[in-house]
Amino acid sequence: MGIDAGSDLTPVPPLGAASLPARLAGRVIVLDEVVARRGPWSAIVAAGDELTIVDLEGNQAVDFLLYDAADTAVRYSAPDTISAQGNVYLSQGSVLRANTGDALMTLVHDEVGRHDTIGGACSKESNSLRYGHHTVHQHACVENFLAEGALWGLGKRDLVSNINFYMNVPVEADGALGIVDGLSAPGLSLSLRAERDVLVLVSNCPQINNPCNGFNPTPVRMLVTRAAR
Amino acid sequence: MSEASLAGSTASPSGARAHARAQGGTRVTTMPTVPAATADGWPAGLAEADRFAAETVAGGNYTTLAVQRGTVVEFTDLDGDACAHLAIFNQAQLDERLNVADTVKIQWQAYLGEGAMLLSDRGRVLATIVADDSGAHDTFAGTSTRAVNEARYGDGSAHGSSPAGRELLILGAAKHGLAPRDLPPTVALFQGVRVADDGALVFTGSTGPGAVVRLRFELPAVLLVANVPSPVDPRPEYTSTPVRIRAWRGDAATLESPEATATPEAARAFGNTIDYARMRGL
Repeated sequence: MGIDAGSDLTPVPPLGAASLPARLAGRVIVLDEVVARRGPWSAIVAAGDELTIVDLEGNQAVDFLLYDAADTAVRYSAPDTISAQGNVYLSQGSVLRANTGDALMTLVHDEVGRHDTIGGACSKESNSLRYGHHTVHQHACVENFLAEGALWGLGKRDLVSNINFYMNVPVEADGALGIVDGLSAPGLSLSLRAERDVLVLVSNCPQINNPCNGFNPTPVRMLVTRAAR
Repeated sequence: MSEASLAGSTASPSGARAHARAQGGTRVTTMPTVPAATADGWPAGLAEADRFAAETVAGGNYTTLAVQRGTVVEFTDLDGDACAHLAIFNQAQLDERLNVADTVKIQWQAYLGEGAMLLSDRGRVLATIVADDSGAHDTFAGTSTRAVNEARYGDGSAHGSSPAGRELLILGAAKHGLAPRDLPPTVALFQGVRVADDGALVFTGSTGPGAVVRLRFELPAVLLVANVPSPVDPRPEYTSTPVRIRAWRGDAATLESPEATATPEAARAFGNTIDYARMRGL
């Protein structure tokens, strides 16, 4: 049994149409999956489709990377996103930009208020610095990104500073910053419209040493929807 | 008078050779000085054999350095409008590189200054800021793209009048066998960016001419430097002045160094780095 026992990577069955966020009524459901607590996920979202993420149990950090599906060298860039909007937080209307400055997705609906662009992913290696070497054998987001990215031919070179949806990282006047208690709550969702065909890579964060998941990683729901014709 | 006539006809190889050779020894403000030991601007008392590299990089230009463990690289903002965008890679395994998110998260601090570590994605210290009289740096806005510079200044190409940082870093990376997908988010020296309570970026700019930052490399590294305006510099003109670089022999930190004993995170970061360097014979 691993040091962070209690893992549950078994697939969770779809939740069904009855529990869909009301605003998705009438849209075509292209994909409806639940990402297990602590697990990875990926999908290609076609241009014009919307990816909706539902924080099923609240305060679950969703580590999120994004690539141009046609050329994965063009990928989400935190600094280009931050520079273009002049703000470090993502909120409704934020455009997720690539390292070329191009728009990859737009946050078209957000029930939380703001999301993190600066904290990056947890890794076994960074955990060793933040909490001590006793955490090195715990699961971490970079492990999820590497495993899931490998399915698409992506490797370590392809991982860059990611978005943390539902994670709260205030920056104080003197530059002090940290991951603090979250702003999310059970059932809160957000939707991202793909501005071109994109590959989305997710780690449903397994971190248990800081408040990003309320010290209890939980599942999230992924819905890809399309406007009805 | 044509250039050719300065050294005779260039219609033959010997004439062309004479013409080419006559250009040697030309000095301009922004150039490498070779041998480095003959440059000015070294710290007092530094032995000639320890002077490794000397270059002044023009605004809108770039350079690259491959440095050994312990090397100190000094940046001087000569005229007050340099902005040095840095990408750093571990020479021993090039897929280990600067991780800006880990750098700010692990140190619980977004604003770089003396004693700050530049951390990799593997829990190790690539370089330490061992001197800094600017304090105006940026870990948020990254560097500029061709598209943004085209929109702002009319051109963003590497050879144009307002080169984008990313275009220059792509060229620098290629000199070390690295591709565009190897380029991580960068940090920038000498042009400050701060964050307001609501998350808004505030460009605070330069602290004036003559500011100096010294990085000590804790691992053998490839360093890419693009000297271009910050992408959030609000001035309408492409404003970019030279940065002077000096690199000299130094000693990497030990577990007893002040930077390594400053915080528990630093102690573990230098511990990871020093064990790794010993294991690899670096």
